[in-house]
Amino acid sequence: MEMMSSIVVAGAFMAALGTLLAWLLAVANKRLHVYEDPRIAEVEEMLPKSNCGACGTAGCRNFAEQVVAGDIIPAKCTVNAPEMNAYIASFLGVSMGEVEKQVARLACAGGSHVAYVRANYKGLGTCRAAATVSGGGKACAWGCLGLGDCEVVCDFDAITMNQFGLPVVDADKCTACGDCVDVCPKDLFSLQPVSHKLWVACKSRADGDVSEAQCQVACTACGKCVMDAAPGLIRLDNNLAVIDYAKNPLASPVAIERCPTGAIVWLDDGQALRGREAKKIIRIEALPVRANVV
Amino acid sequence: MILPLAQHIGKPAVPLVRAGQEVIRGQPIARAEGFLSVPIHAPADGVVEAIELKPSARGPMVECIVLRVYEASTQEIRWSEPRDLDALSPKELIQAIQDTGMVGLGGATFPSHAKLSVPAEHKIHTLIVNGCECEPYLTCDHKLMREHPDDLMTGARLAMRAIGAERAIIGVEDNKLDAVEAIRRCLPADGRITLQVVPTKYPQGAEKMLIKSLLDVEVPPGKLPMHVGVVVNNVGTLIQLGQLLPAGQGLTERVVTVTGPGIKKPGDYWVPIGTPMRTVLEWAGAPDVSERSIILGGPMMGQAVASLDVPVTKGVSGILVFDQRQIERTAASKSYPCIKCGECVKVCPMGLNPSMLGMLAAQREYDAMGEHYHLGDCFECGCCTYVCPSHIPLVQQFRVAKGILREQAA
Repeated sequence: MEMMSSIVVAGAFMAALGTLLAWLLAVANKRLHVYEDPRIAEVEEMLPKSNCGACGTAGCRNFAEQVVAGDIIPAKCTVNAPEMNAYIASFLGVSMGEVEKQVARLACAGGSHVAYVRANYKGLGTCRAAATVSGGGKACAWGCLGLGDCEVVCDFDAITMNQFGLPVVDADKCTACGDCVDVCPKDLFSLQPVSHKLWVACKSRADGDVSEAQCQVACTACGKCVMDAAPGLIRLDNNLAVIDYAKNPLASPVAIERCPTGAIVWLDDGQALRGREAKKIIRIEALPVRANVV
Repeated sequence: MILPLAQHIGKPAVPLVRAGQEVIRGQPIARAEGFLSVPIHAPADGVVEAIELKPSARGPMVECIVLRVYEASTQEIRWSEPRDLDALSPKELIQAIQDTGMVGLGGATFPSHAKLSVPAEHKIHTLIVNGCECEPYLTCDHKLMREHPDDLMTGARLAMRAIGAERAIIGVEDNKLDAVEAIRRCLPADGRITLQVVPTKYPQGAEKMLIKSLLDVEVPPGKLPMHVGVVVNNVGTLIQLGQLLPAGQGLTERVVTVTGPGIKKPGDYWVPIGTPMRTVLEWAGAPDVSERSIILGGPMMGQAVASLDVPVTKGVSGILVFDQRQIERTAASKSYPCIKCGECVKVCPMGLNPSMLGMLAAQREYDAMGEHYHLGDCFECGCCTYVCPSHIPLVQQFRVAKGILREQAA
């Protein structure tokens, strides 16, 4: 009898406690409820969920919130197929908007067959690590180290290293997320609209003679492209030709014609065209290590 | 001669000269920019050829003053403003130290005046004079202690005045007993400067290790020696201060240990700052420098250099040249996966876990390294990499990780 009553008391107590807590939860659920637009979750489902950051938001969820709020246009997602973005636009009843396609571009053409190396680097096989050891041993202090940090970091397999140890960007696969831009220790990548066809594939700020001794395809700041191009399109800055892309509509392949090293190129259909007067590079094997490059 | 504007930690100096201008030995040619910066003095009589980009030991091209030296340039320093140091207040003394362009000559190149200006809330009781060589192979401090103990006393007294310390302890390793003898003869009678012999081991010359050996005090993680009332200075720094301050001159030369199997005439040389490495190596007899590996600093923490046009800067304590055989040996040592033997944990002087840090670095988990495994306390002594039976380049991974964390913080 004694035992029965304690079981009943305990059972009743637990039931009462359960009811009370359930009631508290029910009230909290009502009172503290935060309304969320159900469209956000649906739009998120339509996104690639790669969280690459190419759109400039913190991730796909954040992008969905901003699209629904009307702060960003659906076309900003460069990873999605255009049809999917159009579907998101029609789902939300907004216009898809237009964004010019951007790709990552490397401002260096100094592969192992044209750029001298002054010391062998031995150590951890990443560009980042090599750059901490006397800059990696390449004669040109600005040049690509060719150890492929960008290839590893690219989530979309858009970057492959070619036989000269230079990264090649597949423009179709590139979503312009900017991961390669961040990872390159020499800051050689930048995101460029595809309409920017005139391109200086060199970042060497060294004096013309020095940079040409270090790399056969370096910009020597001779100024021929500046003279040939539309006025103001190209200027020389710190021993380097710099293109003013605000004047991009004026750009034409004329500027590259007389470039002696072929450092300035015209990019068309994934091909980099070098000028007619640019020296021909026939060599394909790597240059030997030369300690005494200037 | 090539004089980089940034030879110290802090803001680069600002040039005071133009291309084409003639300078005399000892003349200031660049002024300090702000507090954490030091001036640069001309190391020889000559004419400024240009101020342009030149290769640096770290890799990137840096802004340098290029000086063409006159053949008739003398060893005599021809620019000085002698001052009555006894009349100076500690604050003026700090300014005078900044004017000498002095930095930590052990290799850290932290401006000396900044190290000696202690915030008022920290009371400094002891100046520790670091007479332990930073690394194996280096003998520059040993040489200086043996030959200039009197200047060391002058420098130590001035530093004590600047920081308001009551006493100074000179810590010397027990393999340099001739230096101990030389210093002992110069010790002052008032007993404020004492000398203590410590066991020879690496890294005895690291600040925190030396404090532990001499005072049995541990500097807490993330804190500086000043938090325990101590300031540590290298003997080389104090000896040079003892010479330069009374004469009112600037730092124009330093002792560099040039050694290694690839050197014919190894030794400690007084080298004017700004001398290209090529010149130093020619002088010391390094016949064919290609096919060799050249390291600035010591073998454990030094920096391999890719270019011989790199100049000797204020922080270069040694130039080591290794020959082909040793290069092949290191090249053959391929790195294997961690076998968790724990050797690195045993040798880490800071009590860190290099094995775990290494695995995190391989996974690019840099935040965890910084937050949970005290990466910031690692001073890159290189012991873990040295003992690792799998030849994992741990310190290089840590350097990369630290660089990335610094970038993220900025």
